[in-house]
Amino acid sequence: MNIIELKNITKVYDMGAAQQVAALQGVDLVIGKNEYVAIMGPSGSGKSTLMNIIGCLDTPTSGQYLFNGVNVSEMDDNNLARIRNKEIGFVFQTFNLLARSDSLHNVELPLIYAGISSTERKERARRTLEHVGLGDRGHHKPNELSGGQRQRVAVARALVTNPSIILADEPTGNLDSRTGEEIMGLFEDLHSQGNTIILVTHEAEIAEHAHRVVRVRDGKVESDDVIPEAKRKRYAVKRAS
Amino acid sequence: MYFWNEVKEGLIIAFRAIRTNKVRSVLTTLGIVIGIVSVTLMATAIEGVNRAFDKSAAAFGPDVMYIEKWPWVSNEDWSTFRNRPDLKVEYADRIERQATLLNAVAPVMNTRRSLKYADKQMEMALITGTTASYISASGNSEIDGRFFSEEEATGGRPVCVIGAVVAENLFPTEDPIGKTIRVAGFPYTVLGVFEKQGGLFGQFTSDTRVFIPIHSFQSNFGGRRYVMVQVRASSMSVLEDAKIEVEGIMRSLRKAQPGMPSDFSINQQELLTQTFGPISLVISAIGLFITSLSLFVGGIGIMNIMFVSVTERTKEIGIRKAIGAKRRTILLQFLVEAAALCLIGGIIGLMFAFPLSLIVDKVLPTAMPISVVFIAIAISLTVGVVSGFLPAYRAAKMDPVEALRYE
Repeated sequence: MNIIELKNITKVYDMGAAQQVAALQGVDLVIGKNEYVAIMGPSGSGKSTLMNIIGCLDTPTSGQYLFNGVNVSEMDDNNLARIRNKEIGFVFQTFNLLARSDSLHNVELPLIYAGISSTERKERARRTLEHVGLGDRGHHKPNELSGGQRQRVAVARALVTNPSIILADEPTGNLDSRTGEEIMGLFEDLHSQGNTIILVTHEAEIAEHAHRVVRVRDGKVESDDVIPEAKRKRYAVKRAS
Repeated sequence: MYFWNEVKEGLIIAFRAIRTNKVRSVLTTLGIVIGIVSVTLMATAIEGVNRAFDKSAAAFGPDVMYIEKWPWVSNEDWSTFRNRPDLKVEYADRIERQATLLNAVAPVMNTRRSLKYADKQMEMALITGTTASYISASGNSEIDGRFFSEEEATGGRPVCVIGAVVAENLFPTEDPIGKTIRVAGFPYTVLGVFEKQGGLFGQFTSDTRVFIPIHSFQSNFGGRRYVMVQVRASSMSVLEDAKIEVEGIMRSLRKAQPGMPSDFSINQQELLTQTFGPISLVISAIGLFITSLSLFVGGIGIMNIMFVSVTERTKEIGIRKAIGAKRRTILLQFLVEAAALCLIGGIIGLMFAFPLSLIVDKVLPTAMPISVVFIAIAISLTVGVVSGFLPAYRAAKMDPVEALRYE
């Protein structure tokens, strides 16, 4: 079953004064369950726009986007918010945690918007934090955590709703290479546990962790290759249990 | 359930934001505090004025009618009343004999004279000559001692009953009953003291008056004076009928032809409440409007700070939207924050206003009405929601992509 089906997606930005920028010029892309896909491209290629559309943060100008078979290209804000909440887990380059809230509350947040009861929320947030190796950091605020730990909190927040896809935008961009490796190891674990992962990056080294690489250039899909198992990068990661 | 989760989350966020920006929150809330203090104090003062007015009006007695040459309130030219014949003391007897719906009838004459007791003096006190029926013809019967009797009145005995303020002035330390005061030199023995009435219409209360028998009044101070006849209906329910009856008796006394207008006036407390009620309503409305301007200014302060807060937290709004907050959720979050700020301001305002209202009470007997407490809280909530709405709406309709990119 395909989770994501993009059919001839375009996105045109009005820059005023009859000036228009076509960020996406007809993208077709299909991503199935439990895939591990990297979307690659230089800056200005349209990969961020593509990520925003896949993540339901934005809607395409034309074309059809089916998410789990449901047409989301014409959904209103509220329904998009619901999809983002239940089906998509975001991991950002800059972590985007709420600075004033502790780890547990940050992880709990999507569940609040999902309308889940307080006791269940707390329990699930605690378990998910443990799952990413931060069981003992529940009451630390982001500024009391290292970069790698912050990104783990962000991954926990993405995971806590059991989403259909995890959408990571340059997840290692703000981390040193060693910590970056650890995060990539965490993604590998999540993938092996059955999660679908979409990784947006401009670094070839990071993209090599994926099982499939989609290259975007000038608003179009330039290439779409499956990486043979032999060529995939793998890291042995030690995690606190 | 879902809605309450959102409100709860909104409250947690709100208190966290208020704690983080303490100085800013205090200054913003101050606007609401001042607004609520001024509005509640105004309401308390208005309550005081209304109480004083009601009390004063009550001094006239709701079931008492004052038959006079002049009306208390009129839009007509005074010359229409000037040529009316004066009332006579004898009317009182005639009315009493014919009327069936009246409790009592008493003629009343007034003059101003100075009072003296030992070394104490009181200038220009209101001296009232009347009969023993006065005590049942007026709405005022709370008396320490007694009123003069029929025999004392008709016999023209030198006795008097004094008002509470007169007693305070002439007898600051003594019991006045049994003492003899001098009214413009004439001795009168005090039989009783009326209880204090207070109120706005000083001369109509008993407080500053001295009541003496009408025969004694006429012989000492002259009989050619303005006379009014005070009558009291036997009950409130027959008041209207009693008025018609009194009017009929008076017209026959005056030999008024059918169709002719009456050449006398029947005055009632109702006239005053009807006339001054709307005036006090207008004054109250203007007072509340002016003080509520300060609340309005406070509301603008809240709106301003909420706009700042929304801009500062653009990134946070982006994050919340990305992980599934709906427009409504964001709107609610900021509305709750604005409402919480205002509610805190309102409650602090009430905490200041209450002791201040006790100070007002010293000058103008009043009490902060309980309804004002609830209204103040409702108003501060409303101010919060109204002034928070535009900033909250701006936050709610932010594009998540733009908001996430904001640094």
